[in-house]
Amino acid sequence: MAQTTQTEALPSHEEAVYRRPAALTETQMRYCPGCTHGTAHRLIAEVLDELELTDRTVAIATVGCSVYAYEYFNTDSVQAAHGRGPAVATGIKRTSPDSIVFTYQGDGDLAAIGLSEVIHSAQRGECITVLFLNNAVFGMTRGQMAPTTLVGQRTTTTPQGRDPKLEGTPMMICEMLSGIPGVAYLARETMIDPKTVADARRSIKKAFQAQADGAGFSLVELVSSCPAWWHKSPLESLHWIRDEMLTQYPLKVFVDYKRQD
Amino acid sequence: MMTGNVATAEGAIAAGCRYFFGYPITPQNDIPRYMSEQLPQIGGVYLQAESELASINLVYGAASTGAYVMTSSSSPGISLMQEGLSYLLGAELPAVVVNMVRGGPGLGNIAPAQSDYWLSTRGAGHGDFGCLTFTPDSVQELYDCTYDAFEIGHKYRLPVMILGDAMIANMSEATRLRERREPPTQMPEWAVGGRRNGRPRRVVNSLWTDVPVMEAVNLRIAERFRQAAQEQTRWEEYGDDRPDILFTAYGISARICKTAIDRLADEGLRARLLRPITVRPFPTDPFARWAGQVERIVCVEHSMGQFIEDVRLSVDCRPVELISRTGGVLMTPEEVIARTRELIAS
Repeated sequence: MAQTTQTEALPSHEEAVYRRPAALTETQMRYCPGCTHGTAHRLIAEVLDELELTDRTVAIATVGCSVYAYEYFNTDSVQAAHGRGPAVATGIKRTSPDSIVFTYQGDGDLAAIGLSEVIHSAQRGECITVLFLNNAVFGMTRGQMAPTTLVGQRTTTTPQGRDPKLEGTPMMICEMLSGIPGVAYLARETMIDPKTVADARRSIKKAFQAQADGAGFSLVELVSSCPAWWHKSPLESLHWIRDEMLTQYPLKVFVDYKRQD
Repeated sequence: MMTGNVATAEGAIAAGCRYFFGYPITPQNDIPRYMSEQLPQIGGVYLQAESELASINLVYGAASTGAYVMTSSSSPGISLMQEGLSYLLGAELPAVVVNMVRGGPGLGNIAPAQSDYWLSTRGAGHGDFGCLTFTPDSVQELYDCTYDAFEIGHKYRLPVMILGDAMIANMSEATRLRERREPPTQMPEWAVGGRRNGRPRRVVNSLWTDVPVMEAVNLRIAERFRQAAQEQTRWEEYGDDRPDILFTAYGISARICKTAIDRLADEGLRARLLRPITVRPFPTDPFARWAGQVERIVCVEHSMGQFIEDVRLSVDCRPVELISRTGGVLMTPEEVIARTRELIAS
């Protein structure tokens, strides 16, 4: 689709303070009202533009609500099989090392079916960036339990709430990856108010910068909302992130290759 | 002299393949060994994956950049790759996948078998297609087929399977090598790698929720299979020009048949071998030609009767008899001769 927002002439007395990033297409996203996928997409696109990486980037869309990410990012894109994003990204990065390659994965894709691929990519110190959207539920398939579902959280497949005796405890991806030497940047962020959105943006930027610097593997976990399958309003969902999700998943920069220890 | 495994790896390198991703499994381990030694010396990449699931998806990623890329495995590993094969087909990406077949099902054994015929030609994952499939019967032919597979895969934008077995993978034969070719420098017009210089963005994808579009994609892929059938079908014929018996076999079974046919000729029995070198596309024409001219058609395979289905579909409803062993047991020419005599006597 044509990009008009970037080229439209504005009257001299007006100044655009907010416009669609060049790294996003004009395609209307299919996300539910109140879902934070849209915010995450925008932050990634802004960062790619700001770092002038958009023309070098290959986006990997995975399987889940974000399966159509290849229609939203205005970059070369590859749609990957469920969970295999980091392997596909590695294949691209190894044959096209000048490219900037990122995967966009939900908690079902990354933490359930794709756990092996993400861990081994990190272990290899693969110069790719992973955006990990954790909303504690399988969204697209109608709200089933995910590895990241909170203890006691009701889902379609844990109608009485997740019982740790039966279904185990929430999977802490950042904590699992934090001890791996190949990881250059690793952070958990959220997007529930202007401050956390700004923090998330900063971490996403550092993650892509790490890749551009050839420093190694980078991953940003974004604690996200799913109003539809949490059965909450968009605002209640943000409150639930603040009160419940962040207790289980504390925000933290785990690894920063530029930080002096 | 080189083994079939090494010839396969060298054939790939000679064709310009510089990217190999794999996971260890017997009886094909000499392919990754050779690749891990050679590729870094010539500017290529060898990467050992954490599983066959990862291998085939590394291949998928590399293939999406237009690179000549290969993986190799054996039966249980190929089962794990089926998902990725389906995605390669759906996304119209070329890649070369080698299957040195071993006895199955399950963990089976590491002995030569041909029990993955259906897997390769019918069920390379879910969806409507199999792979283009070569069935070499010698070390030389492993080399030649692998060499050709990359260009053919790119021409039709289809994954190509080299369907070998534990025997031809590990036997040594004299092999004539070609000069190593450089990888293609011109990337195809569908390859991703960053938009660069403002060209329109490219998408590699197999998701088509608009069903008429999905149908159109499938018809486009089917058309490429049809073209490949016209241009790439290969077979060999061996033995008597006026045969009473037409043997048909591929791969290691064909080698055994050739010896059996020579010995049967000494005993005064006129026999001919029709050996497909590609089984998808299947050489239906020579089968149709010979079917009416022989007294019996005998299919020799090391599986329970998979290959014979394609033979039966190609011989104008003439009866086809099966001589087979399974589970990794390899027939001797003597066994083929004895069982042929039994068929004649019955």
